[in-house]
Amino acid sequence: MSVEMAPAATAPEIPLVEVRELRQWFPVGGGLLRKHDMLRAVDDVSFTIAKGEVLGLVGESGSGKSTLGRAILRMTQPTGGQILFDGRDLTKLGRRALRPLRPRMQFIFQDPFASLNPRMTVRQIVGAPLVIQRPELNAAARDARIAEVLGTVGLSMQYAGRYPHEFSGGQRQRIGIARALILEPGFLVADEPVSALDVSIQAQIVNLLIEVRRKLGVAMLFISHDLAVVGHLCDRVAVMYLGRIVEIAPTRALFRQPRHPYTEALFSAVPVPDPTIRRDRIILRGDVPSPLKPPSGCAFRGRCRYALPECAAAIPLLRQVEGGHWKRCIRDDLVLGRPGKRGAVEEM
Amino acid sequence: MSSAAAIESVETARTVKPGSRAWRRFCRHRLALFGIAAIVLMVLASVVGPWLIPFDQLKIDIRHRFAPPPWEGHLFGTDMLGRDLLVRLLMAGRISLSIGFLAMIVSTAFGTFIGVTAGYYGGAIRVALMRFVDAMLCFPSIFLLLILAAFIQPSVATITLIIAATSWMEVARVVEGQVRSLRERDFILAAEMIGAPGRYVMLRELLPNAIGPIVVAATLTVARAVLMEAYVSFLGYGIQAPMASWGNMLNNAQQYLGSAPWLAIFPGLMITLSVASFNFVGDGLRDALDARLDLR
Amino acid sequence: MSTGDIVLEVENLSVTFATESGPLQAVRDVSFTLRAGETLALVGESGSGKSVTSLAIMRLTPPAPLVTLAGSVLFTGADGERRDLLALDLDGMRAVRGNEISMIFQEPMTSLNPVHRIGDQIAEAITFHERVSNRVALARAAELLDKVGIPDARRRLSAYPHHLSGGMRQRVMIAMALACNPRVLIADEPTTALDVTVQAQILELMKELQQATGMAVIFVTHNLGVVAEVADRVMVMYAGAIVEKGGVVPVMTRPLMPYTQGLLHSVPRLDPESLGRDTLEAIPGSVPDPLSLPPGCSFAPRCRHVRPACEAAVPALEAADDGHDVRCRRWRKLAEAGA
Ligand SMILES: Nc1ncnc2c1ncn2[C@@H]1O[C@H](COP(=O)(O)OP(=O)(O)OP(=O)(O)O)[C@@H](O)[C@H]1O
Ligand SMILES: Nc1ncnc2c1ncn2[C@@H]1O[C@H](COP(=O)(O)OP(=O)(O)OP(=O)(O)O)[C@@H](O)[C@H]1O
Ligand code: SF4
Ligand code: SF4
Ligand SMILES: [Mg+2]
Ligand SMILES: [Mg+2]
Repeated sequence: MSVEMAPAATAPEIPLVEVRELRQWFPVGGGLLRKHDMLRAVDDVSFTIAKGEVLGLVGESGSGKSTLGRAILRMTQPTGGQILFDGRDLTKLGRRALRPLRPRMQFIFQDPFASLNPRMTVRQIVGAPLVIQRPELNAAARDARIAEVLGTVGLSMQYAGRYPHEFSGGQRQRIGIARALILEPGFLVADEPVSALDVSIQAQIVNLLIEVRRKLGVAMLFISHDLAVVGHLCDRVAVMYLGRIVEIAPTRALFRQPRHPYTEALFSAVPVPDPTIRRDRIILRGDVPSPLKPPSGCAFRGRCRYALPECAAAIPLLRQVEGGHWKRCIRDDLVLGRPGKRGAVEEM
Repeated sequence: MSSAAAIESVETARTVKPGSRAWRRFCRHRLALFGIAAIVLMVLASVVGPWLIPFDQLKIDIRHRFAPPPWEGHLFGTDMLGRDLLVRLLMAGRISLSIGFLAMIVSTAFGTFIGVTAGYYGGAIRVALMRFVDAMLCFPSIFLLLILAAFIQPSVATITLIIAATSWMEVARVVEGQVRSLRERDFILAAEMIGAPGRYVMLRELLPNAIGPIVVAATLTVARAVLMEAYVSFLGYGIQAPMASWGNMLNNAQQYLGSAPWLAIFPGLMITLSVASFNFVGDGLRDALDARLDLR
Repeated sequence: MSTGDIVLEVENLSVTFATESGPLQAVRDVSFTLRAGETLALVGESGSGKSVTSLAIMRLTPPAPLVTLAGSVLFTGADGERRDLLALDLDGMRAVRGNEISMIFQEPMTSLNPVHRIGDQIAEAITFHERVSNRVALARAAELLDKVGIPDARRRLSAYPHHLSGGMRQRVMIAMALACNPRVLIADEPTTALDVTVQAQILELMKELQQATGMAVIFVTHNLGVVAEVADRVMVMYAGAIVEKGGVVPVMTRPLMPYTQGLLHSVPRLDPESLGRDTLEAIPGSVPDPLSLPPGCSFAPRCRHVRPACEAAVPALEAADDGHDVRCRRWRKLAEAGA
């Protein structure tokens, strides 16, 4: 595999998280007589996240976003590569050795129904990290901290004795965020934290996350398929396609001028809630390829309207095209469309 | 926090607790209610009854052998030694029900331990433990029971242990299945993410969510244990005379089936009633605690 | 804008479920009309009654003691005859269902039978309503698959649902729904489970098919972007009732109901100019419990324009403009102040 540098923000300071050529492959199929195939859910992914930085991760369903997020927090054992957290390689640590590091990195789940233990009260759920990581705290000190963090997420101690089923989806998501924040982590992975929520509740939770990062300075990997939300919340955005990062850039740069044809198509496909704008859409032909049998060369080749015969030759490298703007596409002659106002036509 | 303040004002708490809903579902189960009533009655009668009846269970009274019920205060008649059948039935109930409950406690504890361990750790540990469970299940348990009973001095404690040793597998299987399905749930992952040790995850997160199936399996285990005790004692390997258990009362009644059928009928009825009651309650609990009905 | 004949007239439709905790009125007094060739979008958040409305029109809600239907659903068939679907018997309804009115569901995997080949499933949908041989039906199925943009359609007839991607399965569902040239297509969140790039393909396809066949579409969604994309008219539901209804341009550019306004404002925009770390304008609170709705305006607990009068009685659905209805006691005042 190609050795690539990790795309980083322009600032040279030591990153909080550095992911190097991370791979997470899953054996699938296989049987007594047949050798199993390898599903390359995440393949050679490299990037960095600075202290307090929010990196957005977008991409097609099945492109490996959740797998990547889970691998970084070592919910799984990666197949290869390194995850440097504050300089320490997490892939080398076992369950027990990871335990003291857990308070510094937390996960926010997508499904607010499945991620809270139905048999525990809010106090027990939010307080569990303290019970485990700070056994020296007494009940009063623990309650004080629980009250504080519930306040941060917009709930009050009045709810502490209730069970998850007594709350709405948005409130449950707040409880999940409170649990993630109570140990004051420096790094959060949020896996589509708003996509299971109602439209009118999504904005509340996005606001909460904006406030959390502003007040607490937490670094975040924010996984989403909603480009608009990512644009709102993130400093930089990485776009994944079939297990690899195909483009990564500062948010503004990416939104002004996407450099990869997939990113362009993605922007163009987002429906905009304004009926007076009729855009000429890029409609992708073809189907999303299977991660079990990725096409040779550029994985986007089958759906790319700019594809050339050369695209089939080798997997394009992730190259820097501008300060901090990287893309995995061999063509530099393309002028790709901007999102939003693209081809705006006034109706009537 | 502007949005937060407003959240407080709009609370959508639903007042129905899952517990009360389960209780309502249970109450709709007629047979289960009947079962509960019968069990409570049997337990109460066995505990208190012998004190209220003016006969001693061991008091032999040759003059009144085979008195058919009801006979001069012997409500259920007397047996071949002239002992009051009712008081013996109640004393036997103490023994049989205690064995049932104790065997249930031991086998549920052990089965739960095996099930949670196998389900939580998975991998080779799971394979090894569940193979063991399967092997035990393959072996006809009555057979095993009889072999063990033939070698061990029978007493309440040993019979209990022997029965428990052959009844924990069902619990283990049920618990393992439940834990394995819970294992992949996000809230268990969340516990792992805060660095919770295995003990914490098993005891605090997994076990409370497996209580429903455990309770159901435990109830059914009591029924099974009562039946097993009766079986072993009936064959003469269980509780030994002069102590009475429903099983050995049946055993003793065999020879007099024609002349004194009540000696067999009453213990037989007690066994049937208790086994059926526990099974009814188990079914009722299964429906009431079905977690799927509680989710939204 | 399309102004075909009226094909569907829903009048005062109410749907009440009998639940353990008492009667739950999931749809309250909903009325609307649908014309041939037009797309009516049904928006609202989870639990607002969008699916129940669609299911009630199809008479697919659970049977009588569990669910009470009130009102009428007048459907004009291809023969020009007007029938009240709620008054039809089951056989009469079966003749309409899948033939004159079709439905596409959100989750294509659960609505396709996993053990049957997709060709057979589509063919069955055809032979159910028309007397044709299996061979003819299969040929029609291949045609339909081709029409919904599945390449190599003839060979795909023998594929099983799990051989297909999510987008392809949704195409198959559409092909099935179109098998008998329905006059009305009800699509319940047909793209919610799909990626945006695939969603774009499906929306495009549905638009093309609608233009070709002139069918009317009820499009259920909670995505306002999709509404702007596909709808001619919009109906916003909140807690089981219509709170705003009208042409897509007036409703989305000059919404009158505070809930609609809030929804539109809370959606983050894509264009690079509006990026920033500013907080979004969220609607506070959450949807009321359908079992204990507030008296008066059901949006009142979350509304920033609320006055005591709002909580006194349920506001009526008033005509604000030509074909633009709104259910808000204060819409006139708010429109004057806001404009
Ligand atoms: N444990 C596993 N075993 C086998 N394959 C897996 C496993 N987990 C994920 N995959 C596969 O890896 C690929 C990436 O999945 P992942 O869930 O990371 O995608 P995603 O980008 O998060 O998608 P979505 O947007 O739908 O959440 C998929 O093809 C998925 O089927
Ligand atoms: N079978 C049922 N029994 C009882 N209540 C039901 C039933 N089906 C739906 N409901 C209730 O009816 C209301 C409306 O539900 P509906 O499914 O129409 O919402 P929706 O607008 O389609 O939401 P979503 O966006 O989540 O699909 C909800 O409060 C729901 O709880
Ligand atoms: S490398 Fe070729 S196929 Fe891939 S994105 Fe670039 S132009 Fe398209
Ligand atoms: S009626 Fe009152 S509470 Fe309801 S939307 Fe209008 S202003 Fe708000
Ligand atoms: Mg995911
Ligand atoms: Mg719905």
